[in-house]
Amino acid sequence: MSTLTAVTDATFQAEVLDSEIPVVVDIWAAWCGPCRQVAPLLEQLATEYDGRVKIVKVDADQNPETVTAAGVTSIPTLGFYRDGIRTDVLIGAHPKPVMTEKIEALLA
Amino acid sequence: MSIQEVELVIIGSGPAGYTAAMYAARAELAPVVIAGSVTAGGALMTTTEVENFPGFVEGVQGPALMESMRAQAERFGACILLDDATRVDLDGHVKTIETGAGEIFHARAVILAMGSAYRKLGLADEERLTGRGVSWCATCDGFFFREQEIVVVGGGDSAMEEALFLTRFASKVTVVHRRGEFRASKIMAQRVLDHPKIEVAWNSEVAILNGAEKLESVTLRDTVSGAEKEVTATGVFVAIGHDPRSELVAGLVATDAGGFVLVDHPSTRTNIPGVFAAGDLVDHTYRQAITAAGTGCAAAQDAQHFLTALENEAVTLNETEEVFA
Repeated sequence: MSTLTAVTDATFQAEVLDSEIPVVVDIWAAWCGPCRQVAPLLEQLATEYDGRVKIVKVDADQNPETVTAAGVTSIPTLGFYRDGIRTDVLIGAHPKPVMTEKIEALLA
Repeated sequence: MSIQEVELVIIGSGPAGYTAAMYAARAELAPVVIAGSVTAGGALMTTTEVENFPGFVEGVQGPALMESMRAQAERFGACILLDDATRVDLDGHVKTIETGAGEIFHARAVILAMGSAYRKLGLADEERLTGRGVSWCATCDGFFFREQEIVVVGGGDSAMEEALFLTRFASKVTVVHRRGEFRASKIMAQRVLDHPKIEVAWNSEVAILNGAEKLESVTLRDTVSGAEKEVTATGVFVAIGHDPRSELVAGLVATDAGGFVLVDHPSTRTNIPGVFAAGDLVDHTYRQAITAAGTGCAAAQDAQHFLTALENEAVTLNETEEVFA
């Protein structure tokens, strides 16, 4: 269903923190309805920003280290990373203009 | 951007929107459903087990039920658009609906089924601590509170469901309710009262959310005596009801003081010809999946009759013109 790269505790450093381009990390889980609701929009954004911003997902159920490190207690939570640093966080499902604004800020 | 001419646009995709879509599609109205960019499926997407939807003897998961409703509407030709309605113009014969992506629809009839949104506590630190302990979705977030102490606020069925669900994770759940008895159905209330992990703080409301980086405790205020006490909690789940999502049509269709869209009961007609409304957007009394589906069905039929009458009117006018030609 999803074409976004699945990042794990093991690959988080390489895929996110060491990434050449900014990364948006979607922390989600199979049991979370709003996570499913937001998924098609993230796919769409991944296509629109292809090559400029990487959008990846982390399954909260399988990757406790990443979840704990990010201090997540609500999902979906989107983390915005640039040069290995989390610059912004967006909690919950938000419509496209809100997400676009955050991504543009990440690129600015 | 091109304008698409359609018969019927349905705004919203909960049980009301999807049921309206299914009926309208079967009536060959080829409805377009503006389902929401991140809200498709509506409120049931954040619930777990739905035990009281007829036909599901063993219950059904909320998201699964909504995916089935969507598939059923699509099977008959409804077009489901994962976008938000950002602007509408409902006056006159041609209604205009604009989406977030800038698509414009011209429709002869519109069904409003935007549902409702969670009511907030209205506390100072609520926004700041949202996602840092304050949550509106037990299904989504319960997992993150293993072996921790949690507070659930509310006295209705949603609050009961959340409290019971959260006992799977939490070491202790305190249900905070501002009255001396629950508004929930008897079966749900009894399950809560009987549960060994659940304690009830009667006649209480949350006065303060405490915590710097994350929620650490809540201060409860007794609604009778005014006395305050602090309760340890790393999570607060809010289930104090819903408010209608009528901002899109504020000032365009008649609503009551609470923002619920007014309809001409038992029909689903609003005060604007060709505009119908269904589901939680209208209903401040029952607010069930099945009642929303019921009014969605009614709205589709009302829209269908309206469009047929328009058609007949046009035919009569043409005939009259021919006679006088």
